[in-house]
Amino acid sequence: MITAKTISKRFGTFQALDGVTINVEKGRLVALLGPSGSGKTTLLRIFAGLDEADSGDLILDGLNANGLKAKDRQVGFVFQHYALFRHMTVADNIAFGLKVRKGKNRLAKEQIEAKVADLLNLVQLNGLAKRYPSQLSGGQRQRVALARALAVEPRLLLLDEPFGALDAQVRKDLRRWLRRLHDEMGLTSIFVTHDQEEALELADTVVVMNSGKIEQIGSPAEIYDHPATPFVFQFLGNANRLNGEIKSGEAHTHGWTWPAPGLPDGPAVVFLRPHEIDMTSSRADAQLAKIRHPLILGPIVRAELELPDGTFLEVELSREEHLSVNPEEGSVVKIAPKRLTVFAGSVMSTPHLDSSFGVDNYEI
Amino acid sequence: MSVSNATREPRWVQITLTLLALLVLALFLVLPLATVIIQALSKGVDRSIATLENQDTLSAIRLTLTVALISVPLNLIFGLSASWAITKFTFPGKSLLVSLIEIPFSVSPVISGLIFVLLFGLRGLFGPWLIDHDMKIIFALPGLVLATVFVTFPFVARELIPLMEEQGRDEEEAALVLGAGGFRAFWSITLPNVRWGLLYGVLLCNARAMGEFGAVSVVSGHVRGLTNTLPLHVEILYNDYDFVGAFTAASILALLALVTLILKTALEWWHRDELASSRH
Amino acid sequence: MITLNRWRTPSIIPGFGLTAGYTVFYLSLIVLIPLSVLLLKALNLNLDQWVALITDKRVLAALRLSFVGALVAGFLDTVLGLLVAWVLVRYSFPGRKIADALVDLPFALPTAVAGIALTALYAKNGWIGQFFEPLGIKIAYTPIGVVIAMTFIGLPFVVRTVEPILQDLDRDVEEAAASLGASRLQTFAHVLLPSLGPALMAGFSLATARAVGEYGSVIFIAGNMPGISEIAPLLIITKLEQYDYNGAAAIAVIMLAISFTLLLAVNIISRKSRSGAP
Repeated sequence: MITAKTISKRFGTFQALDGVTINVEKGRLVALLGPSGSGKTTLLRIFAGLDEADSGDLILDGLNANGLKAKDRQVGFVFQHYALFRHMTVADNIAFGLKVRKGKNRLAKEQIEAKVADLLNLVQLNGLAKRYPSQLSGGQRQRVALARALAVEPRLLLLDEPFGALDAQVRKDLRRWLRRLHDEMGLTSIFVTHDQEEALELADTVVVMNSGKIEQIGSPAEIYDHPATPFVFQFLGNANRLNGEIKSGEAHTHGWTWPAPGLPDGPAVVFLRPHEIDMTSSRADAQLAKIRHPLILGPIVRAELELPDGTFLEVELSREEHLSVNPEEGSVVKIAPKRLTVFAGSVMSTPHLDSSFGVDNYEI
Repeated sequence: MSVSNATREPRWVQITLTLLALLVLALFLVLPLATVIIQALSKGVDRSIATLENQDTLSAIRLTLTVALISVPLNLIFGLSASWAITKFTFPGKSLLVSLIEIPFSVSPVISGLIFVLLFGLRGLFGPWLIDHDMKIIFALPGLVLATVFVTFPFVARELIPLMEEQGRDEEEAALVLGAGGFRAFWSITLPNVRWGLLYGVLLCNARAMGEFGAVSVVSGHVRGLTNTLPLHVEILYNDYDFVGAFTAASILALLALVTLILKTALEWWHRDELASSRH
Repeated sequence: MITLNRWRTPSIIPGFGLTAGYTVFYLSLIVLIPLSVLLLKALNLNLDQWVALITDKRVLAALRLSFVGALVAGFLDTVLGLLVAWVLVRYSFPGRKIADALVDLPFALPTAVAGIALTALYAKNGWIGQFFEPLGIKIAYTPIGVVIAMTFIGLPFVVRTVEPILQDLDRDVEEAAASLGASRLQTFAHVLLPSLGPALMAGFSLATARAVGEYGSVIFIAGNMPGISEIAPLLIITKLEQYDYNGAAAIAVIMLAISFTLLLAVNIISRKSRSGAP
């Protein structure tokens, strides 16, 4: 088990981590999800001992790891660009962590060779032991880096953007393979990603980070269905953002009313996912909207909806919905949200919403 | 690589330019080299060999080797140390440090010798003190080494710094996470990664150390058999009108230059990726 | 070590204190302290002595020869170097790789060797000198000889600075110029030459800076006649032999000041051309 308590880290004037506390149970596969600059990689490097926290505590398996050097942590680290030793063969790369051991932990030459063979088998690179990193494809390098990290039987496996440098198809395959490997070997793993789909598909627990702080920790379903903050909501997918008002437990926005139990009266930020709009609503508060720029994109249809007050909403329909509505430029439909997510506060008080991530999906 | 006709000169222009360029190279580079060898052998091979067996020539060769054998390792250690500090860490004043290391390249060889005379010469800053303690730096081996170290100072460092900068710190970090100590990471990761660049730097450093003339001329005192390096010996023989001797000694140095060029070119052909990408 | 470590951004890679400490120590010992002693010595001269020094006919003539000679050599190197670089990059011919390797010869050949070889070639009975003798042109032991030796030593600087730029030039631009109706010569003059400009300037400055301080390859062919073919570095040695340390240091400082100005210009040029590049 690994516990981090109020970890903070500055680089010059930049606050990379600001009081981060997190608990990772044995056997978990955890994703650190966030935009670049959110501090996720810094946190991972602190776990590995590659960076030192300015303050806070790190406990690895009940052992205080604060002053513990990277080489003594027994942590596996897979670098974003793999950091394979370029002048060593695949086999030598994998064996390195075993060969540098000293004293009674040192394995005999045959044991090391056997172990390397096992690991090559595990990562399905049997024939490539004598190759050099430059002779491998990206996916193969990734697996060598993984085998090298696993060779030292790490108590914790850390992966920095493990699929970032790979093309889409290889990425999908490796993702499933890594999940299986994690389960079969009973590893405890933490990986960093900026891709919400990757985090949701692969991890048991997703930690959403922003500006050096943790926004939310939860299972993929919790995170997606019950985002704790506007940032999380926006980071996990396209969203229409509306201004609204909360009055006695109900949010009001653009003529719609939605329950907002327990939220204080005052301004509200209301999110509406593009695929959660009912285009043939018979609800009493359904609004008339004009369809603009419908666009057929394979299995889905994207369009904009113009409300009478001039607000534009993005909408996404499945092909079947599309057939039943048959949206054409300028045709009028009655719409209502299938689901709204309401946060108390004004747009101004949620400072990270306007930055380049999260929102940019539908600005394109 | 296909090049369209629109961006190609007419055939006769190409041939003329190529011949002109080859003429420049022949006049400026090949001819001087050929002269050295031909003049050395002008009175027959026996005379040339006799020159080589001359005691003064032999001791000049020995001294040149000694000076290089001390200076090159000193600058090699410095180059490794400087490039490790500069490329594996971030600290203020880094680019200033890099520029300071390059200074000796822009100092005239004569000035490179002069500064050590000003320090350790008879009327230099420490001159009287050295006399009192019966020590000699100028007109002795230490002076020759100092001047040589100065003129060859940047060679290894300036080859290694861009190379190690390009390679980054990831591999060393990976080694440390895998349980290696700092020295182990340097020895089995960093050093093998820069081996060809290192060899390249040492090669150029050595060629300059053995061939340096101006700087050592100032600090040598030209005592035959004692403080005369091979390039200085060339000068002395030449001024004595012993042309065969001078050119024979010179052809040893020319041979050194040729070997250096061949090895350098070989390194560039076979290990271009493992040399610093930026030259000069 | 502890204080040094506080100087840098933290990293888990060890050895900063040791290597940075040694680097600064060795740099100071070999380069910085000796060079600052040079400045101190030159400051020993009072104003009158400075005036006397720089108005001395022999000193002036030597400095003039070193600098004017170096500028002329730098210019010749720029023209010849561009030609050689162009041919080496753009044309293929048998022996091209050998020719390319040979360009570095002046870097590798000890300067004394170059010096006596050039002297033998350009003396009045030498392989090249004999053709000029009947025309009444003397090369060796005259300023012309000095310029020739300086040109020899500077040629690789221009070739090696221009070559990579020429290699990286986009053929597109030349094709565009051609498709717009430019002749090959016009393309060269209006498209290629301007983009090679900064590299040529840098090569020119490097070659000139090297030639100013050059000693070994020049003194043999120069003849060293005071006031006519005596170069500034030789004058330093003469002053040293007369135990005029301050005078030697002063001439050295003047030479260094001019060389550093030249090299500073290179830096500014290359930085400008880098930031101006697309």
